[in-house]
Amino acid sequence: MWELIEQNRRKSKIVFFAMFIVLEALSISIGLSVYYPDGGYWGALAGFALWIIQSMVAYYFGDAIVLHVSQATKVTKESYPVLFNVVEEMKIASSQSYMPEVYVINDEAMNAFATGIRPEKSAICVTVGLLESLNRDELQGVVAHEMSHIINRDVLFMTFAGVMLGSINMIAKGFLYSTMSGNSSRRSRLGSKSAGGAPIFMIISLILAVIAPLLAQIFYFSISRKREYLADATAVRLTRYPEGLASALEKISGTASNLVMYNRITAPMFIINPISLNDESSLFSNSTHPPTHKRIAILRQLQNGGKVSFRDYQKVYTKENGSYKFLPDSALADKGEVPVREAMVATVLGPVTAKPNIRNMTDMIMAASGFLFLPCTCGLKIKVPPTIGKQQVQCPRCGKFLTVPSVTSGINHTGEKTKPVEGVDSSYKRANPDSWESCLCTCGHSIQLSPIFRGRQVVCKKCHAKIQIDYP
Amino acid sequence: MIFGIILLALIVLSVMILVSIYNNLVSLRNRVKNSWSQIDVQLKRRHDLIPNLVEIVKGYAKHENDTFVKVTEARAKAMSAGNGSVKEIGAAESELSGSLAKMLLTVESYPELKANQNFLALQEELSSTENRIAFSRQAYNDDTMMYNNKTEMFPSNIVAGMLNFVKADFFVIEDKAEKVAPKISFN
Repeated sequence: MWELIEQNRRKSKIVFFAMFIVLEALSISIGLSVYYPDGGYWGALAGFALWIIQSMVAYYFGDAIVLHVSQATKVTKESYPVLFNVVEEMKIASSQSYMPEVYVINDEAMNAFATGIRPEKSAICVTVGLLESLNRDELQGVVAHEMSHIINRDVLFMTFAGVMLGSINMIAKGFLYSTMSGNSSRRSRLGSKSAGGAPIFMIISLILAVIAPLLAQIFYFSISRKREYLADATAVRLTRYPEGLASALEKISGTASNLVMYNRITAPMFIINPISLNDESSLFSNSTHPPTHKRIAILRQLQNGGKVSFRDYQKVYTKENGSYKFLPDSALADKGEVPVREAMVATVLGPVTAKPNIRNMTDMIMAASGFLFLPCTCGLKIKVPPTIGKQQVQCPRCGKFLTVPSVTSGINHTGEKTKPVEGVDSSYKRANPDSWESCLCTCGHSIQLSPIFRGRQVVCKKCHAKIQIDYP
Repeated sequence: MIFGIILLALIVLSVMILVSIYNNLVSLRNRVKNSWSQIDVQLKRRHDLIPNLVEIVKGYAKHENDTFVKVTEARAKAMSAGNGSVKEIGAAESELSGSLAKMLLTVESYPELKANQNFLALQEELSSTENRIAFSRQAYNDDTMMYNNKTEMFPSNIVAGMLNFVKADFFVIEDKAEKVAPKISFN
């Protein structure tokens, strides 16, 4: 896998210098068309300065900017244990030394992205909607895909490619705008010492200013799409379970367009581009991602084939898309077999009594009024009224004594939404605000809520954790 | 004269290639060592989690005594096997996985236990630790495969042979849980 990293580093350097050359060519040519011959030096200097400044901003601040624009909040292991564990599992599977930071976007749409020029300072970000809708295998597939972007240094590569694209666009547009407003023709007449010197460069500049952005755009989109396939291949090699990522992509493609906090710049960084979901990968489309159905088809074929090495991915890819070899030879030389594993049996973190098997109308009414459904070992489902007041009930069928669990929820019963708001450790939804309820803190201490209590927050006496109280 | 220069250039080139092959082998071998220690970290993590788990389950399932005894014994055995060979560790940890799986099966008949928040949090940690052990083993095997490939394939096998780079062993934990049928008891 490190061969991919080396390849990316090399390509980044090549892109870096290619960008420099194109930028300088463009700015020198523009400078010369304005004021020959000194304009050339000024143009070179201006191009150089622009290049340096943009690269430094992208390198040092790019992560923070993207995270801020998406309104992502950093989370801890305590508030999102499953997510944290999944990320750490992927970190172990990829033999990384550094654990990325974990961020969550409070949006119901499902999507995810990764930032990080280098693994020491990287971050993975998912939406709340994703956490609620995916099972553990699917979540792992998505996290693996995002980590693959970090590991393969895609973020590094695409950032510099993006900066190159941006700079070329800026200079070209600026030049075309100024020519159209008619200023430069005046200057060139004043500046040209030798007849015919400047106008040639003017023509060259015009041509470059039109072609360079177009070429850069095409180039950028094609390498972006290739990178996505590569991340898919690396991801399944890590998880050994292509079906997880495949069904996650299926689910996400339904809702990714509902994402709220993104813009044209951050959109390509998500696992599915929220702007253009249905675009086919044509030259001039706005699609930085390959069509989702193609990605899913490849993944499912891999699952059926039972093997997920890079060579297998290349084989299936060639079958789908024609012979475009995008994986380096060194990755394909991997001698070993890489088999698919079994699906994971997920643990459900939440009270088991939350979703009782409601079989008839009476059950539905009881569930709505806060009755507890207690399954006895003999098979009978005992329905315990919320006002029981006792700690134990006797099963009417077999006579066994069962303890009534206190109406628990350090965790909201809809799943893992334990920390919807910063500053709160867990939340509890009252089932019956007009009676006594006890709520269990994650430390084990139980807190009594009186029938007239309408506060929004309680603090645990033992561990001082803040618990948010929600009302139906 | 020119012949001499060409010869010198060839020699310098081959030295450079040899050095880079050697460095490559060293870095791969270090990766193997590193991912091996990762497995160790996760196995120890599991050892540390088990006492808490046993305590909580004991609180609810008082009469399942021999399951707890088996788990505690297997844990002790695994901890002592920690300094042995790869195969010994693999065997001891497989046994521990087996007895753990049996204990978690008994949990199924205690719904109050399944609703306990502390137990659920611990179960998530345990399940994540099992995943981590699997992934660290996977990473170790991946790194081992890459390293072994380099020691066997031409031209790096020459350097490997000369400078004593030995192949590494793969690490296997069998899923003993599948071979053990759970005991069903009627109260």
